[in-house]
Amino acid sequence: MNTEVQSFIQKHDLLGCIQCGRCTGGCPVNTRTDLNVRRIVYDALDESMLDELAKLPEVWDCTTCETCAIRCPKGLKPMEVLIGLRNILVESGVIQPTVRDALESAFREGNPWSKPKATRSDWMQGLDVKIAVPGEKVENLIFVCCTIAYDPKVQVIAQNFVKVLNKAGIDYGFVGDDEVCCASEIYNMGEVGEDGLFEMMVEDGTELLNSFDTTRIVTLSPHCYDALKNQYPDLQAEVIHYTHLLKEILEDEKLVFTKEFAQKIVFHDPCYLGKRNDVYDEPRYILNQIPGAEQVEFSRNRERSLCCEGGGGKMWAETESHKERLAEERVRDAKELGATILAVACPFCVLTLDDAVKAKGFEEEMQVMEILEIAGKLIE
Amino acid sequence: MNNKPKIGVYVCHCGINISHTVDVEAVAEFASQLPNVRVAREYSYMCSDPGQALIREDIKNEGLNRVVVASCSPRMHELTFRKTLAEAGLNPYYLEMANIREHCSWVHGDREKATAKAKRLVAAAAVKARLLEPLQEKEVDVEPASLIIGAGIAGIQAALDIAEAGFKVYLVEKTPSVGGRMSQLDKTFPTLDCSACILTPKMVDVASHPNIELLTYSQVEDVSGYVGNFDVKVRKKARYVDMDKCTGCGVCAQECRLTGRIPSEFDEGMGKRAAIYLPFPQAVPAKYTIDPERCLMLTRGKCGKSPKCVDACGTGAINFEQEDEIVEFKVGSIIVATGFDVFDASRKPEYGYNDYENVITGLELERLVSASGPTGGDILIGKGDDAYVPKDIAFIKCVGSRDKSVGNEYCSRVCCMYTAKLAHLLTEKIPDANVRVYYMDVRAFGKGFEEFYDRVRREGVRYIRGNPSEVFKRGDKLVVKAENTLTSTPVEDEVDLVVLAVGLEPRRDAREIIDILRLSQSGDRFYMEAHPKLAPVDTATDGVFLAGCAQGPKDIPDTVAQAKGAASSALVLLSSGKVKVQAQVSHINEDTCRGCGYCVEICPYSAIELVTVNQFGHEALVARVNDALCKGCGACVAGCFSGSAQQKSFMDGQILPQIAALGVMR
Repeated sequence: MNTEVQSFIQKHDLLGCIQCGRCTGGCPVNTRTDLNVRRIVYDALDESMLDELAKLPEVWDCTTCETCAIRCPKGLKPMEVLIGLRNILVESGVIQPTVRDALESAFREGNPWSKPKATRSDWMQGLDVKIAVPGEKVENLIFVCCTIAYDPKVQVIAQNFVKVLNKAGIDYGFVGDDEVCCASEIYNMGEVGEDGLFEMMVEDGTELLNSFDTTRIVTLSPHCYDALKNQYPDLQAEVIHYTHLLKEILEDEKLVFTKEFAQKIVFHDPCYLGKRNDVYDEPRYILNQIPGAEQVEFSRNRERSLCCEGGGGKMWAETESHKERLAEERVRDAKELGATILAVACPFCVLTLDDAVKAKGFEEEMQVMEILEIAGKLIE
Repeated sequence: MNNKPKIGVYVCHCGINISHTVDVEAVAEFASQLPNVRVAREYSYMCSDPGQALIREDIKNEGLNRVVVASCSPRMHELTFRKTLAEAGLNPYYLEMANIREHCSWVHGDREKATAKAKRLVAAAAVKARLLEPLQEKEVDVEPASLIIGAGIAGIQAALDIAEAGFKVYLVEKTPSVGGRMSQLDKTFPTLDCSACILTPKMVDVASHPNIELLTYSQVEDVSGYVGNFDVKVRKKARYVDMDKCTGCGVCAQECRLTGRIPSEFDEGMGKRAAIYLPFPQAVPAKYTIDPERCLMLTRGKCGKSPKCVDACGTGAINFEQEDEIVEFKVGSIIVATGFDVFDASRKPEYGYNDYENVITGLELERLVSASGPTGGDILIGKGDDAYVPKDIAFIKCVGSRDKSVGNEYCSRVCCMYTAKLAHLLTEKIPDANVRVYYMDVRAFGKGFEEFYDRVRREGVRYIRGNPSEVFKRGDKLVVKAENTLTSTPVEDEVDLVVLAVGLEPRRDAREIIDILRLSQSGDRFYMEAHPKLAPVDTATDGVFLAGCAQGPKDIPDTVAQAKGAASSALVLLSSGKVKVQAQVSHINEDTCRGCGYCVEICPYSAIELVTVNQFGHEALVARVNDALCKGCGACVAGCFSGSAQQKSFMDGQILPQIAALGVMR
């Protein structure tokens, strides 16, 4: 037991913490939940406390936006401490049924949404989609994401991407029916460690993706982008987000937005694209090509973007707080700016912000749109 | 002289540093059996007086002509024992040291194995001792002058000390005026002395001292030579103003078409200047300079019908034809006092420094507070009619210090106190201000610091423990997002002004001086001293010394103290008039050298050159070492393809038998 706990302290470099408070200070959910990651890092130094800490409900309030780790002056990753605690709980087996179901579904069906594997490509119906074949050369291998594939509210992202790719004449192929979850959210829900589900899925996923003859993998969700790019060490192809490719397409003038879109657009930086991977300029480049549109910026943009609370397993582990959701604060800020379009580049952000617009009753003034949805409109 | 080796071996206990792991008696007994060893002894402290006396007496009584001391690293005491040999009339280079402390007792636990290793080290040293040759130390004359690079308070103080001692000083400053960072400060902590009041007299002194040649708006381009004899080349940049004619009246700047349009470097961009300018009113020399990158005449060749400065100048001092001038001179020593740059706050984008005009740095606030600053000492944020006096003010400490995420792990040492000072000045200037300081630790370590921190707190400045994570705008207010770590409470503090206590960094062009003087950098990227404790102003390059923040962040008292230390070290050289040069230099056998020039290329001290010699009637290129420049690093020896380069005391014929005696080579 002792050596095991030692390794928890060592693994997370807890002795390096100087309790400066930047982690909790920057934590977006600190205004609405009891989560205080600095305290947890401090308390975790006491080896006998770990099991108790793991049972704290606020451990599940972390959205894995990674602000705490980015701001830490000593190079610690407080967020990983929370995932470590979730792992203790997951291993003990006492977890919320929704989380358990998501993990089980990921194991059985290759997606956390409890949907059958066989229906993964149903969103493609009626579209002219090219499917990649293992061993056959394809320049861009498209990785869709479970949420986009199954949730009718965001399938439109993939559908519009097909339109864009076809119209621009891009050499591409979708992974198709064999695609399985990138496991980003499995990691965040603590199903990690030796023989963990996450490690298993990374291994299988790597084998699947390496079977294609491609130079790069284009992800639709920033969450898949982050996982494939940073947590799949043996992947052969380069991993990019679709905004990289779309910027390229527009730069090369393979596609030109010609239609007027007279809207006031504010872009919300997804944590997994911005903070975690420093992709800030590509989405803005794309939005700047839209004729007739006016661009405005949140005060909390780029490195300071406010998390929408969509990540970190939050889709399956609802927080107990009844205080205003961050997504609601976000759409209020957007309304103050007079924005008519709240543009995003992430399926989770679409879901949370769209809910917030409805909860606030802003449907008249404002619409949440994924960048690909806007692009699709402009090339119809 | 009978050169049959008679070796004395002396095994040191070093208190218990060596003897607790190594059986020193056994090592001495073993050594006494080695070939050519006449005596072998062990003693508690060989470096002590009685320890050295043992060696001296044995040399006299036993006729020793080689000595092996088995003790600590030669870095520690090689010079000590060389002196011992010399005192007994033996050539000091007949000494060989076996390092049985750092290389043995300190790093091993097993007494038996450590003792066996110590025996081998001693045996190997004895083998080499037999093969040592006597070397002669040479002396060269020292040029009685000093070059000081940088005329901030460090450079100024060092210049005055050396000049007062009667030696010539060349004081080179990159900007148009002396004074450096200290001249930008309003008050100094913790005494609240007016910075200008204590600095300006010294600035005037360096300009008027007969022994100081002041070269402002100048840069060192090249330094060659070696300790005692450096050749220096300085570029005096064109000011486009005749220094002899300019009276410093300032009419030109008033008339300049760009007046009030160019951000003033001295005011950290808080104020504006003209294209022809005096950096600040007390500047020394009080001569104007034209900014060649802004002046319309110099950039476009045209300034209206005619340049207004020319029309305005009563003495005809302006000269657009002026050119850079190269000045060359010789010095015996060099002091590097190039100072620091403040951390660029835009590298922490979460604090919004680039986004909001009411997020400013400590040095910017310093200019606002200063009576000679752009607002005449009023704390006004914003421009023109929109300017306002902030009421809620938050300081954020450790911006760019103690922060791995920006690559600066060190503490900048001055921010805690300058924050306290600025907070105090704000409460004085804005009596109803609500000032809070967000901190993670308060480091008030200097004389009078803790007392000052106490005073500032009691004046009502609130210290909140928690390093803020971000700053963003909400309505008219800035929100400082932090955690009060003492109460575990998240904070969204709405304020009118955020002051970032930015840390100190090495000069962004620090590389230039490194290349010119072959300096090293420590892990924090500041210039590295020769030894952090015992040679804090020396560098790896003999005759080159460090002073002030170029070596690492420090406050004014420490800077002045170090400047005086550097001046004193430089003076030791200058006043002795002679300098010994390294005896264990490299030597190239010109008979076997092929003149390929590889050693010339790899020598880090530019000590080797190719020369043409006559070999049996043929002209041939061979490499030759300048003994005065060679540091004995051995790079050429390792690099030489023909084995022609050999380092004295480390020749192949000496070290290969030594290595063989260790028993590690097949």
